[in-house]
Amino acid sequence: MNQLTQPSLWHQIVRKRALLYMFLPCLLIIFVFRYLPLGGLVIAFKDFRMELGILQSPWCGWDNFRALFGSEDFPRALRNTLVISFLRLGFGFGAPIILALLLNELRLRRYAKFVQTSTYLPHFFSWVVLGGMFLMIFSQRGPMNQLFTLMGLPPVSFMTNDAWFITTLIATGIWQGIGYGAVIYLAALAGIDPTLYEAATVDGANRWSQTLHITLPCLRPTIVVLLILSLGRILDTGFDQIYNLYNPMVYDCSDIIGTYVLRRLISMDFGLATAAGLFKSVVGLVLVATVNGFAKKVSGGEDGIW
Amino acid sequence: MIKQTRGERVFNVFNVLLLGILSFIALYPFIYTVSMSLSTAAEAARDGFHLYPRDVSLTAYRMILNNRDILTGYANTLLRTVAGTILTLVFTCLCAYPLSRKDMPLRRIFMFVIILTMLFDGGLIPNYLLRKNLGLLNNRLVYILPYMLVAFNIIVVKNFFQQVPEALAEAARIDGASELRTLWQIYVPLSKPVLATVALWTAVMHWNMWFDAMVFITDNDKQVMQTFLQRIVIDSSTEMAERGLINPDVTKFTPETVKAATIVVTILPMLALYPFVQRYFVKGISLGGVKE
Repeated sequence: MNQLTQPSLWHQIVRKRALLYMFLPCLLIIFVFRYLPLGGLVIAFKDFRMELGILQSPWCGWDNFRALFGSEDFPRALRNTLVISFLRLGFGFGAPIILALLLNELRLRRYAKFVQTSTYLPHFFSWVVLGGMFLMIFSQRGPMNQLFTLMGLPPVSFMTNDAWFITTLIATGIWQGIGYGAVIYLAALAGIDPTLYEAATVDGANRWSQTLHITLPCLRPTIVVLLILSLGRILDTGFDQIYNLYNPMVYDCSDIIGTYVLRRLISMDFGLATAAGLFKSVVGLVLVATVNGFAKKVSGGEDGIW
Repeated sequence: MIKQTRGERVFNVFNVLLLGILSFIALYPFIYTVSMSLSTAAEAARDGFHLYPRDVSLTAYRMILNNRDILTGYANTLLRTVAGTILTLVFTCLCAYPLSRKDMPLRRIFMFVIILTMLFDGGLIPNYLLRKNLGLLNNRLVYILPYMLVAFNIIVVKNFFQQVPEALAEAARIDGASELRTLWQIYVPLSKPVLATVALWTAVMHWNMWFDAMVFITDNDKQVMQTFLQRIVIDSSTEMAERGLINPDVTKFTPETVKAATIVVTILPMLALYPFVQRYFVKGISLGGVKE
């Protein structure tokens, strides 16, 4: 602001005070619930003691981070988080794209609507509910093992064997997210100019090559945005799902940063827990910024989230 | 109509079948749970896929609907969903309306302050300590206050308000209507679709929320349905008997039917509304896609 606008800004504020009266309570609420906790992040650099409070507790530099990475369970949680996230990305990222493409090729509109509605359904329920259902379905004598028996396979301990547990996590994660993801891609598909397809048909392109040369390139910006966002959440993977499915038998492969932080809250190790949370947020932000920059560079400024 | 090639016909049949299987997989856990919840103990213990109950029994429902914990949880969930949604709508409008006005002083700075909250989050511990210092631990307000103003909701409503013709608002002002009245009598009625979408997002979020109840609430009589369900699902049958959820006489009740019935009771309101409200959600996704 230069000096000339200064008095007129004050004048404006006085004149529009009715708007400000409306807005300021909201600003206060946002400040309290969204900005004050950011101040609390200093706990990551403090030897926090409940009786002293945040401000009075002594500073301790990087001690909490050193303790975190020197401990046994945080590096394990970090490794598990990364493994599960990359497996999800590798096996799950393409699933909603394929579903959207298949739905797009479906000529029976009502049937397409039904498929969309039913695959979208799991998105609306908490993992407490979904976890409860899957604990029954994947139990020792549950329908999943019945199916295995029917196919002549030996029964499996889905919830207690490490590899099977991770497989179950990835599969049920895809099951829950596929419909929601497909809706996002379908919205993008609806925006494609139909004359592109008409021109391609005239040129003799079949549906497969239309998909390859028109649909997928048109989806690219959406794919890139969703890829950037999921890379940003790479250290943040499915806390709700894992917390509601896991049990002590599989802690070794499924204790993630989110569950680690919760455990540290319960054991009152606030410094360690805050440091772990801060580490997670910073890595997420850096990843989003890096991947976004990379995507922009490669596409010549076309793709990206900002 | 262009004649389809043989390859295309094969693909179409394959596509219809594949999508049918996918739909079935998406729905199966729900079918299974409903079927189990309606089964007799013997029927629930039978091997098989339980697509429907061969022997119907409502004892599991009778059991849980007489359980005090579950009724408490249901009441609290209902309370937070209704009160939380109404307050979210009120505050989102109060916040979005000034920001939608071009003559709002410091508008760009305020917008920035709101958008910034989408990028950062204090994390669990600072949020826990904040609630502790505000006296919100073990207080039902912790269910509602933190979710009243969500950046995404504010932006979506603000964008919609900006499409209201300025001439209408101008006319109201000339007639001497206050800003609050302009918002309430002109902007809100014209924005019903977007407000319905935000209301549905918020209601679903509240109905499903369990983490805050688990971490910030210790009293049993303030817990929500989801946390009770969570305990029941991981409970063994002896623990369930202690809770008064199953009769020690296991020939009548099995833990599975009670668990399934609790799940059904938890999801039933949303399951019933889902076919009617689903289109608002689909619309909502494209609303969110509006770039600033």
